[in-house]
Amino acid sequence: MRGLAQLLLVLVASPLLLGVINRTKAIMAGRRGQPLFQAYWDIAKLFRKGSVISLTTTWIFLLGPAVAIVVPLLASLMLPLAAPRAPIAFTGDVIVFVYLFALSRFCTTAAALDTGSAFEGMGAARELTFAALAEPALFFGFLALARVSGGISLTSFMTMDGSHWRSASAALVLVIASWFLVLLAENSRVPFDDPNTHLELTMIHEVMVLDHSGPAFGFILWGAAMKLFVYCALIVGVILPTSGSPLVDLPAILGGVLLVGVVIGLVESGMARLRLVRVPQLLVTASLVAGFAVVLVLR
Amino acid sequence: MSALLYATGALLFVMSGVAALLPGRPALRLTPLFMVLGAITGLASCALGMTGAARTLALPWLIPGGALTITVDALSAFFATPVFLLAGAGAVFAERYWPLDRRSARHVRAFFGVLTGALVTVLAAANTILFLAAWEVVTIAAFFLVATEHENQASRQSAWLYLAASHVAMLALFAVIGLLHASTESWAFEALPAGIAALPTGRAIFALALFGFGIKSGLMPFHVWLPGAHAAAPAHVSAVMSGVVVKMGIYGFIRVISLFDTVPVAFGTTLLVLGIISSVLGVALALAQHDLKRLLAYHTIENIGIIVSGLGVGLLARAHGASWIAALAFAGALLHVWNHGLFKALLFLSAGSVIHATHTREIDRTGGLARRMPHTALAFLIGAVAICGLPPLNGFVSELLIYLASIGGVNAAGADWSWLLVFGVAPALALTGALALACFVKAFGAIFLGLPRSERAAHANESPVAMRVAMVPLALACAAIGLAPTLLAPILERVTRDAAPGLTSAGLAHMLNGAQSVSIATVVAVAIAFAIVSILASRRSSAPTWDCGYATAAPRAQYTASSLAQSIASVFSWAMPPDVHSPRKLPLFPEKASFGSHVPDPVLDRALLPAIRHAMRLATLARWAQGGRVQFYLVSIGLTLVVLLVWSAL
Repeated sequence: MRGLAQLLLVLVASPLLLGVINRTKAIMAGRRGQPLFQAYWDIAKLFRKGSVISLTTTWIFLLGPAVAIVVPLLASLMLPLAAPRAPIAFTGDVIVFVYLFALSRFCTTAAALDTGSAFEGMGAARELTFAALAEPALFFGFLALARVSGGISLTSFMTMDGSHWRSASAALVLVIASWFLVLLAENSRVPFDDPNTHLELTMIHEVMVLDHSGPAFGFILWGAAMKLFVYCALIVGVILPTSGSPLVDLPAILGGVLLVGVVIGLVESGMARLRLVRVPQLLVTASLVAGFAVVLVLR
Repeated sequence: MSALLYATGALLFVMSGVAALLPGRPALRLTPLFMVLGAITGLASCALGMTGAARTLALPWLIPGGALTITVDALSAFFATPVFLLAGAGAVFAERYWPLDRRSARHVRAFFGVLTGALVTVLAAANTILFLAAWEVVTIAAFFLVATEHENQASRQSAWLYLAASHVAMLALFAVIGLLHASTESWAFEALPAGIAALPTGRAIFALALFGFGIKSGLMPFHVWLPGAHAAAPAHVSAVMSGVVVKMGIYGFIRVISLFDTVPVAFGTTLLVLGIISSVLGVALALAQHDLKRLLAYHTIENIGIIVSGLGVGLLARAHGASWIAALAFAGALLHVWNHGLFKALLFLSAGSVIHATHTREIDRTGGLARRMPHTALAFLIGAVAICGLPPLNGFVSELLIYLASIGGVNAAGADWSWLLVFGVAPALALTGALALACFVKAFGAIFLGLPRSERAAHANESPVAMRVAMVPLALACAAIGLAPTLLAPILERVTRDAAPGLTSAGLAHMLNGAQSVSIATVVAVAIAFAIVSILASRRSSAPTWDCGYATAAPRAQYTASSLAQSIASVFSWAMPPDVHSPRKLPLFPEKASFGSHVPDPVLDRALLPAIRHAMRLATLARWAQGGRVQFYLVSIGLTLVVLLVWSAL
């Protein structure tokens, strides 16, 4: 029951996050910007549309969107958003969490290659490269948090009582900084990718889904919004201490997620995309930063 | 009972090999039947062996010191299970893949039977002489199988390299067995006296075992023979070599470790470091390959690395007294032995199916095969998802256990520096997993998706039924272990206790419960979402892929496997610089130019072969003594004798 409520929450709330980011960017640029709920209309419109499907494709082409929407939902069940315990919590769920997203990456990149287009192949190659470099950063963070919280579960990482900020604040700051970079890379935001530059050779995520249209594209858009929501919630959960009462924790986490959205919007307003050759360097930096956090907690 | 069944299985395998040599077609037709019967008998014996008590069967034998004694205990039965399964599946596959009208049909069937029969004998040998003898038979049979296409120079070279490397390893293993005999006064595998691990004898055993079993299992930097041998052998032989022959090395490590009461920290550390190096560099080199079977071969090195780093974590944790972490790590490493055997065999068989249809191992000459060969594509996809360690398939379960052991070290971590290495395992494994994913998206995408890049690929036909049937049990096993790992937990705990006595139970079933439910949920939810998106997208029109204004999607404009891997390979160019041959300067009206790049093996091509060439050059300096004049030889012999006599008189 609790799990169902949490699923609904993630499904409903996640497109709002895109609206917040876009509104922040609009305000920073001195524009009025699109409506806050634009992403909802976009998704609804895509679901009403028919689709054009490439002649070269197979069933893999539709498997990609199906997995892309299922994985963030399943992953969100491992986050303790409203209660002292996530709907799914067990020792090692962090690893399942990462590998679910890896499954999604496998299917979406395979779906991109299914079209036989050079552009989508290019996007898939970049996605695979950058994700491979981002993965160690995530795991160094897990090691540090496991040491600080004493458990190997997202529930234990995200429900610390605040004393962790006194005992291991430096390590936490490093982990959060590193994870924020991972968040930007994994969700194809600036400075790794620009969600606004449609149809340019420099893109990653947008170029992979070039041939998806209609409901399948709606699945992808919604899945991407939920993935962003899940990553934001993960970081906010690590930052915020838990009170144990859902009435306090749930609004705190949701507020925090929207705040992260604002920060992403500020980053996107403040800087341009990096050159592609610089991206691996930044990701290796993220890994090293998280690695330092492990050294700090081991000391 | 289990030992008798086991011996019957082994005997049936060998009989299948002998039947292939009998004149006339009828006997030749019996070979797959013998193999399948042997596989079924053997699997039954393994099921008994893993659940019941250890059983021994002693038969008369002539060789002094040796005894034809086989013992089927849980550890042997565990390692033998994939051997029996792969042997049966491989034989069925070979019926169509290497049909009877091929010139080397008898050759392949004869040595395949002998190879698999000897393999299961190695695993159950209770006597060390039998162990070595059976292993030697494995080596020789595998040598002839690798050299099946001996008219091809590359095959011959791979086979000789394999034979040479295997015999170097064999020398080390002779020494190991000799030292074991010296310590226990027995030719049986018996527990060594307590405290020997710290003595020079114990240390020598560990060092030699690392070298010998390291070569046998293809651990980096001892892997030089592996890629060539796997690429040259017929696909079903590669499946068995990669799936189970290299695991004999792992079995050897575990069997020898189980004889010691303590294992020095240095040994665990070495295994851990070599394991991490093998896994990361193995997968990075795999990414750079253009040849499908070489690519799979480098993934074998990667997976051996994962298994060995699991063993390393287990040994370190046990040495530091963290018993449950050790149990988790051992269980993960052991389960990965099974898993890798299953999905790698599945991948090699489906690769064989692709090669059968397109007559090429070059990934970049295939493409779009999923439409022409849907079943092969599905089999390859299952193998690919499993080898990447993704839920809901089996590779995920064993990697999860090794991850848990590595991260679990945090709770028990002391100040000892060797613990720091345990922390390195999780990020290294994460990097390996992500690179393996990239590599298999590349392979699956380039071979099965998009448009065909050659005439052959465009007209490829799905393989015969026998070849597809052979993949079914492997694919089902991958799915079953992924979706119901808790059922395996009792067996794993039992084998772990055999492999590393004195560990507390890790509560594996409890540990795997959560992952199991997520795996099942993933399958159900993806099925539902796929149905929904298919229904929603049913209002569709078809069009060619949109290619930014070009009129038609040209197959040659597609991303190739090499271009897909290039962005990652460039990140690793410090470890494995590619050899690039490109036209230096084009004339004003360029006629014909070619570009090629390949990544040589960092150990074989960059270190070992240059070193050997150097040594050969130095050795020519000694040529003057070899002039072919008998008088000169006699003088040297006489002088040597005088010198020795004088020396002994001093």
